[in-house]
Amino acid sequence: MPVSSAADGTPVWRRTTRRRALLAWFAWLMLVALVVAAWNEMTRDTIWAFVWDAPGQAADIGTRMLPPRWSYAGELLRPLWDTLAIATLGTLLALPIAVPVAVLAARNTTPSATLVRPLALLIIVASRSINSLIWALLLVTVLGPGVLAGIVAIALRSVGFMGKLIYEAIEEIDPAPVEAMQATGASALQVMDYGIVPQVMPAFAGITVFRWDINIRESAVVGLVGAGGIGLSLEASLNTLAWSQVSLILLVILATVLVSEWVSAKVRHAII
Amino acid sequence: MLRIEGLQKQYRTGDAALRGVDLVVPAGEVIGLIGPSGAGKSTLIRCVNRLVEPTAGRIFLGDDEVTGASRRALRRLRRRMGMIFQEFALVERLTVMENVLAGRLGAVPFWRSLTRRFPPEDVRNAFATLDRVGLLDHVDKRADALSGGQRQRVGIARALLQDPDLLLIDEPTASLDPKTSRQIMRLIGEVCAERRLAAVVNIHDVALAQMFLGRIVGLKAGEVVYDGPSAGLDATVLTRIYGEEDWTRTARSADGEPDDAAPAAPAPAPRLLRAAAE
Amino acid sequence: MAVATSYPDRWRRPPFVARAWLRWVLYGGAVLYLVVAVGSVEVNWARLAEGLQRGARLLAGFMTPDFSSRWGDIVQGMRESLTMTVTSTVAGILLAIPVGIGAARNLAPLPVYLVCRAVVALSRTFHEVIVAILFVAMVGFGPFAGFLTLTVATIGFIAKLLAEDIEDIDPGPVEAIRATGGSWLQLVDWAVRPQVMPRLIGLSLYRLDINFRESAVVGIVGAGGIGATLNTALDRYEYGSAAAILILIIAVVMAAEYGSGLVRRRIQ
Repeated sequence: MPVSSAADGTPVWRRTTRRRALLAWFAWLMLVALVVAAWNEMTRDTIWAFVWDAPGQAADIGTRMLPPRWSYAGELLRPLWDTLAIATLGTLLALPIAVPVAVLAARNTTPSATLVRPLALLIIVASRSINSLIWALLLVTVLGPGVLAGIVAIALRSVGFMGKLIYEAIEEIDPAPVEAMQATGASALQVMDYGIVPQVMPAFAGITVFRWDINIRESAVVGLVGAGGIGLSLEASLNTLAWSQVSLILLVILATVLVSEWVSAKVRHAII
Repeated sequence: MLRIEGLQKQYRTGDAALRGVDLVVPAGEVIGLIGPSGAGKSTLIRCVNRLVEPTAGRIFLGDDEVTGASRRALRRLRRRMGMIFQEFALVERLTVMENVLAGRLGAVPFWRSLTRRFPPEDVRNAFATLDRVGLLDHVDKRADALSGGQRQRVGIARALLQDPDLLLIDEPTASLDPKTSRQIMRLIGEVCAERRLAAVVNIHDVALAQMFLGRIVGLKAGEVVYDGPSAGLDATVLTRIYGEEDWTRTARSADGEPDDAAPAAPAPAPRLLRAAAE
Repeated sequence: MAVATSYPDRWRRPPFVARAWLRWVLYGGAVLYLVVAVGSVEVNWARLAEGLQRGARLLAGFMTPDFSSRWGDIVQGMRESLTMTVTSTVAGILLAIPVGIGAARNLAPLPVYLVCRAVVALSRTFHEVIVAILFVAMVGFGPFAGFLTLTVATIGFIAKLLAEDIEDIDPGPVEAIRATGGSWLQLVDWAVRPQVMPRLIGLSLYRLDINFRESAVVGIVGAGGIGATLNTALDRYEYGSAAAILILIIAVVMAAEYGSGLVRRRIQ
């Protein structure tokens, strides 16, 4: 805490030294300059007339959206079923990949911290860096449009997410029971089964349900790039500018998300 | 039963935890290992089943050498050594029965332990052992639903289910209140006598050690500085182990009334306390 | 010593769901759903066989990423993504702070609390891509729609976590400042800000990461950024360029994660 003396000798208290204050101001200035530069660069090609017209556009779309075309609901049942299947099967498909990767990535269970662990971490990072929708984009070109591409896309994105959280849970376990199992002469697999699995189980179940909840939201949009589910209907309705169908689809997605959130909260509560 | 020759342990940090320990524990004898914190008690006990890898020296269980044993042979040797832990080291989310059956892990194939289908005699033994430690009513409870004393009884049952020749007991009472500590120490003494088990008990409570254990080994800075009957623990010996302190009261309790529920209190007080507790 | 013969020699672990009928309904229902769900997945095997070749070409593209032939487009896409990320993060945080304070029950009066909570819930309801579609419809194609989308998402994210943080603060300093007779603004400045600032900075950096990742996605629906470039490359079957773009995305995300990790460690 810098306390200096003023010219007449009375002590002056400041929160920071002048040098640090200057540095802080400079950092803020740089940040502002960066934002302004980014803003100018970003809006270089923006047609401002459109932007100023946005409220009018919004009102226009709003009136076209209302009322939702309820009769369209029957055609949404199958896409809705597909959306749930994409989320659920995608999550389940990710599990058998995420768990071994997590075991290899956790410091206390990895067979080799210098060779295997970085590889496992790389898989996790690569999977996490790429959004479900981009995975879907890739898989649609490879596997063709449809639910299968959606399932695989969701699974590939979930591997990194769940792998990361699971390996962190494994690293946080209490080492004492593990030691106790080793002391009985148990094999490595048995130590895993009795010492580690029961400790990780609640976190594991919570992570799975949490990711399933997220995947419901994601599986509703992978259809936009052709990977099946209700996103396909959304894409079709948007292309024909059928805004009253769009609003109905958005309502259905909203309801699904709310229900899945409720389910996952219930399940997590039951486990812990 | 257990023979330790010139055991040394140096941690990677350079700290020498053990500097040439020699120790023989015959079959059926229970010894107490005392010494200040950091003297190497825990390291010594963990070197015996090689949860901590010794730096030098040899360890024999019966006629078999523990040091230098291959992974597979080590697992087989570990089956013959039951271990009891300070914080119980139970798997909290498993049932009491699973925790006890875990003592058989070294003896059953993986699929049996995975499906929890242990051989009938193991299950029968587990029930009998749980009855012996007084937990027959808690078989299906989860371990985290038990009290501290009950958890340590599960820990004892788990070690006994291994049908070991030797028990390695690391601070069994450090997490327990004085009354429960006595019950646990009594139980350990009784089961060792019933099964003629050798045991090494790490313990930092000198009065408790004197009360329940016949032979005491004193460890200081990784070296054995006392090995003899617990009655021989007088002020001089305690000073040698722990350093300068007023030991008169602790040492006297060795031949007098062995109860330190209130070690500083005058003689009648402990009886009153005991009456209140019962 | 107890007599061994009187003990049972079988033991079953108590089931997770105690009531037998409920257990069977739950397990049976789960299995039934899975079977039907798997059965409902339509697989076009002919297309799949063809896809394997494409998959091989995509993998080959990753082995030999082609940075040069679409370099101009890639630079343009990256520029849009990065500027969008920076501006939307800053704008989102600036807007999220008042909303977050308003959504903390221990600082805001009930009407304000309800309004702010509603704002948070609204901005978190829909996936970024859906929000981006609506914004594209309103302001036209280009990074400005992406900027608006990410700003909305940032507001919901930061405001929610900030509000939870504020509700969790130690009430001691708050009472102390109240006791000195400080105004509400002084209260926020002296009692709340010091307690939540480190985490707010951490969250902001984390959101910067997320916004970059999302900026790669909103382009798919026309809201600008590297996602649009990637979409075009894949549409034209230019797998080398697509691989190059993906590699760049992963590299930027890893660099951002590493950088924000460094900054966060210095702050905490």
